[in-house]
Amino acid sequence: MSILVYIESNENAIKKSSFELLSYAKELSKKLSLEVIALVINCSNISTLQEFGPDKILSINQTKLNLFNAQNYAELISNVSKSTGAKNIIISDSVNCKYLASLLSVKINAAFISNVVSIPSSISPFILKRSTFSNKAFCDIKINSDIKILSISKNSFGVNKNKSEPIIENIENDFIESGIVFESVELSSGSVSIEDADIVVSAGRGMKGPENWNIIEDLAKTLNAATACSKPVSDLGWRPHSEHVGQTGKPVSTNLYIAIGISGAIQHLAGVSSSKVKVVINTDPEAPFFKVADYGIVGDAFDVVPKLNEKLKVFQAENN
Amino acid sequence: MYLGIFMKILVCISCVPETTSKINFTNNNTEFDSSQVQYVINPNDEFGLTRAVWFKENDGAEIDVISVGLENTDQILRKALAIGADRGYRINQEPTDSYQVAKLLSNHISKHNYDLVIAGRESIDYNGGMVAGIIAEILHFNYVTNCVDLKINENKAKIKREIEGGIETLSCKLPLIIGAQKGLVEESDLKIPNMRGIMQARSKPFEIIEDNTVETKTNTISFSKPDNHKEIKLLSPDNLDELIDLLHNEAKVI
Ligand SMILES: Cc1cc2nc3c(=O)[nH]c(=O)nc-3n(C[C@H](O)[C@H](O)[C@H](O)COP(=O)(O)OP(=O)(O)OC[C@H]3O[C@@H](n4cnc5c(N)ncnc54)[C@H](O)[C@@H]3O)c2cc1C
Ligand SMILES: Nc1ncnc2c1ncn2[C@@H]1O[C@H](COP(=O)(O)O)[C@@H](O)[C@H]1O
Repeated sequence: MSILVYIESNENAIKKSSFELLSYAKELSKKLSLEVIALVINCSNISTLQEFGPDKILSINQTKLNLFNAQNYAELISNVSKSTGAKNIIISDSVNCKYLASLLSVKINAAFISNVVSIPSSISPFILKRSTFSNKAFCDIKINSDIKILSISKNSFGVNKNKSEPIIENIENDFIESGIVFESVELSSGSVSIEDADIVVSAGRGMKGPENWNIIEDLAKTLNAATACSKPVSDLGWRPHSEHVGQTGKPVSTNLYIAIGISGAIQHLAGVSSSKVKVVINTDPEAPFFKVADYGIVGDAFDVVPKLNEKLKVFQAENN
Repeated sequence: MYLGIFMKILVCISCVPETTSKINFTNNNTEFDSSQVQYVINPNDEFGLTRAVWFKENDGAEIDVISVGLENTDQILRKALAIGADRGYRINQEPTDSYQVAKLLSNHISKHNYDLVIAGRESIDYNGGMVAGIIAEILHFNYVTNCVDLKINENKAKIKREIEGGIETLSCKLPLIIGAQKGLVEESDLKIPNMRGIMQARSKPFEIIEDNTVETKTNTISFSKPDNHKEIKLLSPDNLDELIDLLHNEAKVI
């Protein structure tokens, strides 16, 4: 019996979120006395996983798994879960993981719990905390099924180093391929994606128009951050829909969220509030965002943002 | 038109608190406090419903809407009928768990020949993001979520799906279940029911289904709210060095 961690990758490189998943699994393994198995698909740099304590790494290299396909991946993880007797399957909260998890849950007769934010407070019965109502609340949930799939909210547990010397096994797997055929992909060019970013620079209607976004992009570039926006900004066509964050857009759970010219409406905050540190820059000291932020500047974005960018560049030059 | 006959579409609708609702709990934090809360069609489901109405208007399609819920859900289904759906169903059980909801919806779907089932990417109250996938796997439907564009020709669907850092295009055969989100239609495409629609909705077929299947895998025990936030540190726009210092040394995020 085991805890199986699905290690997600992006263009054959292991995603950083995997380290948090392994840290979570390691903590869980202490409570359950089960070994931690990491499942890696088509990745080269698997040795980095050793820092986070897996007992075993199962590595699969198959060309037909090169492209993510939820059905195929669910089928594969189902096969591996069965052969390793996995009782707990730990995955990230990415769109792809949630997509495959609902399919997987039926295949292995498991309960799927998304948005998990804690280690179980009790093992028997198995109870843990997840976020709900679009981050406006949490609930304690009791899981009745023997097999459980847990998707862990990004940055909710943290990364703990825990070196191990895992057994590494290369495995092959055969499955019936899904009826969903990949046709093409359009990648947004060059930018950091909101899902992967450690820092997100987000701006709202206070920016007045799309022509002013250069100062936002410059700041994001300095910080190696993703750019995001409020809903009206994407509705007005100032920025692409993929940048819309909040309750009805993308959720953001990053280390640092910088909100510029965003009032902080309840629907916006719902989607971004689980970010660790929030900075707000707004001319209006009464803007609701000031009530939930960690650091705030009452000031004009057109003045503050370029200055902040210049100072950050100096800071980075001195600290490198 | 699809194969010369009407395409049959089912839209799954979750009834959720309106987005500005205060989220409070009662009964020793074991129940959601629904007093003074207004309920609406889950926003992701509304995008899906609007897309379905376009299929009806442009390609000929018949739209059923369904919700698992108690009597208070009826108003939401009536609204969906006023927007353009043809027939409403309510499965009369209180939804407590995604698996239970998916199982009940599957029982209904398996008795009808739907070509397309539309659900939302996720509900804004439970945020499970799983009902549609569970149905797909139970019924062996193709399934694509985070769907931002859907075209159907004969019995083949072409779907655009939002992924991290881009958009991918997929294709598959019907029957298909999708998870809808903004982009499938735009905010400005959403329809507010007009008087005629509301009148017509009154005479559209509406059925209450009694299905006592209960298969849950989880129970919600209690709710809590995030801790009250600590005081914000306000900094002067003339002192950005201090902000950088705090982000570096105190918050340790840069
Ligand atoms: C069903 C529903 C779902 C929704 N979902 C979302 C969602 O997912 N995400 C979302 O973001 N919104 C969502 N909204 C919209 C939300 O209610 C707000 O309308 C929106 O977040 C406001 O965007 P904003 O802060 O950019 O604009 P505004 O509210 O107009 O705020 C602009 C801010 O900029 C400040 N400002 C102006 N000039 C400057 C300057 N020079 N420098 C600095 N600051 C300046 C102003 O003081 C103000 O606070 C939703 C609404 C509904 C009804
Ligand atoms: N009680 C319900 N009745 C009908 N459909 C539902 C119900 N709950 C969820 N759904 C559908 O499943 C989608 C995903 O919900 P969830 O898995 O709860 O995030 C929703 O957007 C709805 O389309």
